[in-house]
Amino acid sequence: MFKKTIVSIATFFMLIANAGAVDFSGKTVEWLIPFSPGGGSDKWSRYYAPMLSKALPGNPNVVVNNCPGGGSTTCANKFAKMKNGDGLTIFGDSGSTKFPYLLDDKRVKYDYTKWSKTIVLATPTGGVAYTSPKFYKSKADFKKLQGRPLKFGSNGATSLDLIPLLAFEMLGLQVKPVFGMKGRGPSRVAFERGETTIDYQTTSAFKSKVMPLVKSGKAIPLFTWGVVNSEGKIMRDPTFPDIPHWAEYYESVFGKKPGGPAFRVWKSFLTAGFSSQKMVFLPTGTKPEIVNAYRDAFVKVTKSDDFKKSRNKRLGVYDQVTGSGVEGILKGAMTVNANDKAWLKNFVTTKYGVKF
Amino acid sequence: MLESLISAFNLILSGEHFLYLIFGVFLGIFVGILPGLGGIVGFSVLMPFIYGMDPVSALAMLIGLIAVVPTSDTFTSVLMGIPGSSASQATVLDGFSLAKQGQAARALGAAFSASLFGGLFGALVLTLIVIVAKPIILFFGSSELFMLGVLGISMVGVLSGDSFIKGFLACGLGLLLGSIGSAPATGEWRLAFGSYYLFDGIKVVTIGLAAFAIPEICDLLRQNKTIANKEEPIGKGWLQGLKDTVREKWIVLRCSVLGSLIGILPGLGGSVVDWIAYGHVVQTSKDKSQFGKGDIRGVIAPESANNAKEGGGLVPTLLFGIPGSGNMAVFLGGLTLLGIEPGPALIEGDLKFTYVMVWSLALANVIGAGTCFFLSNKVSYITRIPYGILAPFMIMIVCFAAFQVTRSLYDIYILVVLGAFCTLMKNFNWPRPALLIGFVLSDTLETYLYQAIQFYDYKFLFKPGVIVIFIITLASVYLGSNILKRKDLQIKYRTKDLFKFNIQNVYLGLILVFFAASVFDSFQHQLTGGIFPGSVSVIMLITFSYVLFFNNKLLTTVINTNFSLSDTKDLFKAFSWILFLVILSSLFGFIIAIVILFYSLMLKKTELSLLKITIITMCSVATIIALSYFMVLDFPQGLLQYFFKLPWPFK
Repeated sequence: MFKKTIVSIATFFMLIANAGAVDFSGKTVEWLIPFSPGGGSDKWSRYYAPMLSKALPGNPNVVVNNCPGGGSTTCANKFAKMKNGDGLTIFGDSGSTKFPYLLDDKRVKYDYTKWSKTIVLATPTGGVAYTSPKFYKSKADFKKLQGRPLKFGSNGATSLDLIPLLAFEMLGLQVKPVFGMKGRGPSRVAFERGETTIDYQTTSAFKSKVMPLVKSGKAIPLFTWGVVNSEGKIMRDPTFPDIPHWAEYYESVFGKKPGGPAFRVWKSFLTAGFSSQKMVFLPTGTKPEIVNAYRDAFVKVTKSDDFKKSRNKRLGVYDQVTGSGVEGILKGAMTVNANDKAWLKNFVTTKYGVKF
Repeated sequence: MLESLISAFNLILSGEHFLYLIFGVFLGIFVGILPGLGGIVGFSVLMPFIYGMDPVSALAMLIGLIAVVPTSDTFTSVLMGIPGSSASQATVLDGFSLAKQGQAARALGAAFSASLFGGLFGALVLTLIVIVAKPIILFFGSSELFMLGVLGISMVGVLSGDSFIKGFLACGLGLLLGSIGSAPATGEWRLAFGSYYLFDGIKVVTIGLAAFAIPEICDLLRQNKTIANKEEPIGKGWLQGLKDTVREKWIVLRCSVLGSLIGILPGLGGSVVDWIAYGHVVQTSKDKSQFGKGDIRGVIAPESANNAKEGGGLVPTLLFGIPGSGNMAVFLGGLTLLGIEPGPALIEGDLKFTYVMVWSLALANVIGAGTCFFLSNKVSYITRIPYGILAPFMIMIVCFAAFQVTRSLYDIYILVVLGAFCTLMKNFNWPRPALLIGFVLSDTLETYLYQAIQFYDYKFLFKPGVIVIFIITLASVYLGSNILKRKDLQIKYRTKDLFKFNIQNVYLGLILVFFAASVFDSFQHQLTGGIFPGSVSVIMLITFSYVLFFNNKLLTTVINTNFSLSDTKDLFKAFSWILFLVILSSLFGFIIAIVILFYSLMLKKTELSLLKITIITMCSVATIIALSYFMVLDFPQGLLQYFFKLPWPFK
């Protein structure tokens, strides 16, 4: 009893001390988003910004500052130069910031491992692949699907489309990507037009734009990517509990679990590109109490009624990774075995001619 | 349908909705006037407030903002020769020429009335087409879009002024400049010369400022007079402009149709519209002699088209969630923040929101054009301010605008390099519109050609849509070809003159070297990555060789102006003021640099007292600081800021 009291008193004082240490009242927090206004990351940050403001000690003003360029690497490089932050500048990345890092793009001057102590939030998303019901009605038609040439509209082989390209490849589908699509939206319209025959959309776009097509018999879902959890297991996408995830699908058509370097590297990239697609960082070397203030704030945000009411619509039915769990998910996303990486680069080079 | 239209109208006029609309309109007018800033910056200002707002008010505000940007961006285009946004670059050609003749108010009057009609037409198109537009948008696939790009390029003939061969080369140059950076097919970086900045390519805002604003600033600095050089009663004339628009009603109608059509087709981009409209009006006019020198039709055409574009642009945005322009991309972001998910469901179900947008668009155009009309007479007096005072202000605005492209000093460096190039281009009589049309269509042509071949092989050429557009293209070339029969030029140029040392020859040589370098660069890439810039360059080089060796008649037009080396030196003196600001900014940051620029330029070029100079400087600096504060914009940083931590706004 006595011990308990002491512990609780100590905790109480620690809380006060902590609260006293970090106070942003009257300050402005600048949230750097390395993409143009109106894009996915922009919407995500603007959704969070007012709630973050309410949850941070002292309720600072949180403003989103877009700094696009270099496919998000320019701003990430700039942010990487900042050290020992005062908590007034934070950075929100996306899968397209992580892929160039993982693929050793020469423009990248940032190092994710240096942010392992200052990551404060990870937001997952998912994706669903679909094809035309003209030649595919159910899993029974898989052989038919495998036997015909398919066209896929893509932004580029080293973009997030690497996930579908690799997934189709492992299934032995004869997919010919047509590059130069200006985003997933135009790719979807190319599918509706009949120019492409296989496609994928991220969760929110699938729900609002492809579901009507599915209902009117113009599209049929194949599989989701699934969600890699913080233990590294691939789970069904909670937004689409009835659609099997890719690994399940693979097992059901081939009768064995996927494996090998292709699958290992796919899973790492899936974690980086989708299952922890968007993360928030403070500059490297920022004091732990400031980092903790942010982590607590995001925990508070995700527990608020405001958030609970609107999350499913804004972010999909995904549990946000907050608190200290974020360090694990970052590690999972950034740990790629060197041999596997070499395999992947070789694959992309021989198959799509991309030079590294 | 009628019922929901009426109820949407009542909805928008009720309560605070209308106030938000007006707020959006005023913000739109403001960001439109400022060059380089446009709908996107306006949206960024509004975004933080949108989340959680009543959807009707928010929609009214957002639409109010985008609807009037193409109206108010005309001010700087006409009055200063600085394109107010990328959708009014073509307006500069004749609008600014009119301003120089003291007819600024007339040009503005014509522009605003044309804008008003175009905007209302766009709203009408949105109302009528949105329900049935799906098959239209699905019909225009990669093959058809490619062919539309070809149709656009066919206007080069009429946009090349006195020399077709110069227009052809300039267009090729535009195509190449547009292909800098990542290749659509392979993602390889072309013509970037190892610069990470160039990996992203050059943006249309930068090209617009470089091609129009910088050359005008240099010329005016050289002459050091007021913009309008005739002593005419400047304040009147907007009524004349209104009458011009009424007289040219068919041009207004045709260009509104064109504008909304280009808006409806996602993939052509918002910055093409003014050039297509301009090309169209030149093509279809009997008397082309005054275009580029102050023909009011050259103002009316792009202005009606660029307002009509917004109504059309909303169609694919709402129907498919695919934005056709940067403005629409941000608007789309705003919609999702409001919880409105674009897509067939939005159109097929409850049309309430769509009609709220229709009415907002219509009302915003009326209020916007009305406000601009009201302002035009007063603002036209800007053209009477001595250029020594106006110049530093314009240099400041142009550099600040260019910097907003990616907020890097490289934005300004590229502006200066291209600006120098285009200043010579203007003075050597090379047609800059041809360069621009090549630039804005470059990506369309390359991407969709590649995709069409991937999807259909060469069979894409036989699709019905492609054949129809091809026939229209032939008609367009035919219409344009009579421009080749030009009257004899004063200056004759012979093959042997090409080998004399002459500044214009050096310039021509540099352009040819660039083509050769691009051929070389193409071989460094995969076939699908390098073939477009490579073939463009080869075609340019072959065409020039043909003209050089076999067609003396065309060759005589290559050097069609007497511009000597000493004129060039003169021009460089004027240009060095811009260079001066850039160097100062790289050293001390933007704010300190503009203070120095204002003082030194005004001391040199005007007779003003030190006190007056100080007042003008402080007012200008205060304006730009206030602007960047409220719009959350940054200033360029220099070496000073790299070494020392300075307080805002010097940081």
